[in-house]
Amino acid sequence: MSDYIFYPGCSMESSAKAYYASVMAVCKPLGIELKEIEDWNCCGATEYLSLDVTPAYALIARNLALAEKQANGSKTVIAPCSACYLNLAKADHYMHEDPAFGAKINEALAAGGLHYDAGTLAIRHLLDVVINEIGLDKVKEKVTKPLKGLRVAPYLGCMLPRPDYNTRYSDSEHPDELDQLLAALGAEVIDFPLKTHCCGGHMTQIGPDTAFELIRRLIASADQYKADVIVTVCPMCQMNLDAFQGQMNSYFKTNYKIPVLFFTQLMGIAFGEKPEKLGFGSEFVSARQAMSRIGVETPEPVEQAPRARKAEGLPMPPPLKKGGSTSTEEEA
Amino acid sequence: MTEAVSVLAHPSTPTGAEDLSLLHEVALRTPGESHVEMCIQCGTCGGSCPSAAAMDHTPRAIFAMLRAGMRDEVLKSNTPWMCVSCYFCTVRCPQDIHITDVMYTLKNMSLQAKQYDTTAADFSKTFIAMVEDYGRSFEIGLAGIHNLKHFATRLPNMAPMAIGMLTKKGMSPLPPKPIKGMDQLKKILKRAKELEAA
Ligand code: SF4
Ligand code: SF4
Repeated sequence: MSDYIFYPGCSMESSAKAYYASVMAVCKPLGIELKEIEDWNCCGATEYLSLDVTPAYALIARNLALAEKQANGSKTVIAPCSACYLNLAKADHYMHEDPAFGAKINEALAAGGLHYDAGTLAIRHLLDVVINEIGLDKVKEKVTKPLKGLRVAPYLGCMLPRPDYNTRYSDSEHPDELDQLLAALGAEVIDFPLKTHCCGGHMTQIGPDTAFELIRRLIASADQYKADVIVTVCPMCQMNLDAFQGQMNSYFKTNYKIPVLFFTQLMGIAFGEKPEKLGFGSEFVSARQAMSRIGVETPEPVEQAPRARKAEGLPMPPPLKKGGSTSTEEEA
Repeated sequence: MTEAVSVLAHPSTPTGAEDLSLLHEVALRTPGESHVEMCIQCGTCGGSCPSAAAMDHTPRAIFAMLRAGMRDEVLKSNTPWMCVSCYFCTVRCPQDIHITDVMYTLKNMSLQAKQYDTTAADFSKTFIAMVEDYGRSFEIGLAGIHNLKHFATRLPNMAPMAIGMLTKKGMSPLPPKPIKGMDQLKKILKRAKELEAA
């Protein structure tokens, strides 16, 4: 077992529990021991950088300082979310490249009794560690149930291959690392032309029309290539393509139903893990049919609405019964 | 690079009346070597941008406007706010300009100059208010508050999704537990804000 420092990120605790479960399930057999950063904080996504650059970097750097303090032996931080990964890597990179900037961020950290020596940690995404440190041979050794017959669209999104400060990926627009990994699991990998195009990012919240078009392009392309599933490496990409697929369909009057899974969920299946342990059933677009093609039975996503009381707990009003809204069935 | 930097270092070079103070400020406020002064107006960025259709100026135009010192026009533009941080422009720019990072800087500047305040800026603010209180972000609360403010008419469409978040994804509608080092984090951010203002 090798020790790695682990930065889970906020979505692993909420919308991407399936990712968390499946990451845990596949790291063990690969000999990756994850030591979570004690009391880590949110990386600020792209939002804090938009408001205030200095506090944004200080927020990110608190995690780096804690990780450096905690590190004994291992200097590699694994972040499974692309946005978290890039933020951590970006802070380390600029604090190192621009010493005056690094000093400024350290001055802020000092107010909390912390310090980070830029360049001491290696910030990596789990995919990169699996491919470049563990290696595909080891992955193949662990495969007991090859994904033979499953057509997959490898989807990386933006923030992993770009800007790629440490050139860990084979190309910034058409890298093939995820393709290789999925092929090692026995899947039939399509040459997905939009593999690093944008999932819409936070535009689902601020400019849904723009977001829906970006989502549509990805889903339509995967559909054209007759992919059974889209495979992602990031909670934000997974959320946009899966949870917003229904709304995108209503917007364009289309009827796509392509399940969107985390790469670790498919690794887990290939390693012989039970689907229940890998977070299957938490997706919006059910993966049941796709997975049954290779003889894997996954749980059906929970369909029934929660009891009224629970819905009231949401910071949202109840569905309005106004003309034209067929919303409550919209997602089905 | 050396040539362009020297122009910045001596704003009143024989090249004449060009006012490069805006360009200079953007370069100073962007971490690292952003190369913002190196634009050759090739248009690769705009041609690569998935959000270009929603922008009032293409990224290329923004770089021309920065050089021309058109402060108000740049800071009023929706361009930075439509940027989805895809980094296509950044890796394709022949001049290695850190375009995405410059877009972040421009967002900061437009907010501080109170030139532009939008749904986009407000989403960022709602998000960060949570992080500043809890140290963690919280997707359901964030989406709920934000949509109530800006997309109330869309809420009927959101309901099934919100319910799905609770049932399928097993997300909690309650805010997260604050991190233990909340006091420490607040001190760090307070100092960082002072340093930014300095
Ligand atoms: S790609 Fe670079 S050099 Fe070309 S117009 Fe855009 S910023 Fe300028
Ligand atoms: S990073 Fe922003 S400006 Fe650049 S191509 Fe992507 S959306 Fe456009």
